[in-house]
Amino acid sequence: MTPSKPTAGRAIVTIVGLDRVGIIAGIANALADANVNILDISQSVMRDEFFTMIMMVDLNTSTLPFEEISERLKKKGEALAVQVEIQREDIFKAMHRV
Amino acid sequence: MRTLNYSAEEIVETIDMVRVERLDIRTVTIGISLFDCVSGDTATLCERIYNKVTTVAAELTRTTRDIGQEFGIPIINNRVSVTPISLVAGQADADGFVRIAQALDRAADTLGIDFIGGFSAHVEKGMTGADRNLIAAIPRALAETKRVCSSVNIGSTKAGLNMDAVALMGRTIKETAALTADRGSIGCAKLVVFCNAVQDNPFMAGAFHGTGEPDAVVNVGVSGPGVVLRALEQTPDQDFGALASLIKRMAFKITRAGELVGRTASERLGIPFGIVDLSLAPTPAKGDSVARILEAMGLERVGTHGSTAALALLNDAVKKGGAMASSFVGGLSGAFIPVSEDEGMIEAAEQGDISLDKLEAMTAVCSVGLDMIALPGDTPAETLSAIIADEAAIGMVNKKTTAVRVIPVAGGKAGDLVEFGGLLGHARIIPVNKRSSARFVNRGGRIPAPLQALNN
Repeated sequence: MTPSKPTAGRAIVTIVGLDRVGIIAGIANALADANVNILDISQSVMRDEFFTMIMMVDLNTSTLPFEEISERLKKKGEALAVQVEIQREDIFKAMHRV
Repeated sequence: MRTLNYSAEEIVETIDMVRVERLDIRTVTIGISLFDCVSGDTATLCERIYNKVTTVAAELTRTTRDIGQEFGIPIINNRVSVTPISLVAGQADADGFVRIAQALDRAADTLGIDFIGGFSAHVEKGMTGADRNLIAAIPRALAETKRVCSSVNIGSTKAGLNMDAVALMGRTIKETAALTADRGSIGCAKLVVFCNAVQDNPFMAGAFHGTGEPDAVVNVGVSGPGVVLRALEQTPDQDFGALASLIKRMAFKITRAGELVGRTASERLGIPFGIVDLSLAPTPAKGDSVARILEAMGLERVGTHGSTAALALLNDAVKKGGAMASSFVGGLSGAFIPVSEDEGMIEAAEQGDISLDKLEAMTAVCSVGLDMIALPGDTPAETLSAIIADEAAIGMVNKKTTAVRVIPVAGGKAGDLVEFGGLLGHARIIPVNKRSSARFVNRGGRIPAPLQALNN
């Protein structure tokens, strides 16, 4: 229950913004620094305007607590001028799968 | 095999629900039994209550903060509800009850939670000395604390309506308004008068931890009027069957999110999971309004003819979707229409498009009742009691929970604007019927429970 414990399970990272060079590299690097493995990547253009990239990642090997990973991704997103979110997979499973 | 089992649309829908449509987990509430704190000495009782509440709920705010961040869904309020205080403080006098309220307030302050509910009594069939002392303490308790919420159950379908208590509560509301006159009579926003109160309701001001509950339990209240509104706006011309089906689908998704948050919180806190209360509870923020949902169904303004039917459809569809999504839906599940807390209701009240009479009619088909309605400060206590009696009668006869949370704003006249701040919003004072109900209210005694066979 302590906040400093590294987190387990899978999470979904979403990146929304305008397309530019280095988005995938930047985010992937931030994840690699936390020893988070990327399991899958899907990319599409939503509503004809947003570039969206969705990653499934594995937190089981992560060296950092969730809070820290989330914070680092947010900072990296700001540097790249895109919005980055990381959410545990469970929320999507709960809402969209019966 | 692909690992990504979710379509981009599903993922973006979830993010949109949270970011644009303001889906939130409105409240995580730990219910705590105080029966093991009982003591004949009020000081000892206060100390035990403070210690138990601050120990059991010690990790609440940190846990919900972590969960909110991990799931990406904001958790707005952390709350605690306790055993109705009248049941654990039998020997306290009115001063003693005020001291207990202060102990609860200190515990809430230590925990950093938003509200603590359970300064409550159940008097549907009669009042004990403790009940009388608690009710006598309510005005001071609410004026002298910040986070304590109070409720009194004055009737039920099985017991009828305790009209002595109804008369007393009219006077209690007036007194509470007077003691908080310098703050828009805000004390009344923390006081609910119930008929058929439920024991597992995580929504304030009416939350308390019922006697049928375990030692501690985690209840969750979910809210998403914005999500339902957006869905209706995107499909403007469907018939009512399709409309109901759409609302059910949205309610299902919202409830599933609530159940996940509740179960996760329960696991991390080591406290059993209770219920999800799926309610469309509005806030004063734009896009987070139940009134706007009714208007999206085709009413020019909430309060006009058709409002009751529209609300009936909404309330039922929300329950059906929620019941499918979680095995433990409870509390007050349905649609709330607190006037000052709903941007669409605020506007309707400002324009004079909604009256107290129409509000009362609408409460016959939705959750709770006359909620957060500002009334003129010179409204007689007997009129307030008569309003309570009317609303309680709707609950009693229809076997549902109803409540009254009205605010006779000290010094305020019909049409004046009152600001309550934060989630409590603001409201235009609504006029009440000028004719007296005093003789009716002052009869005393009990309105008998209704016959439950021969339903009509």
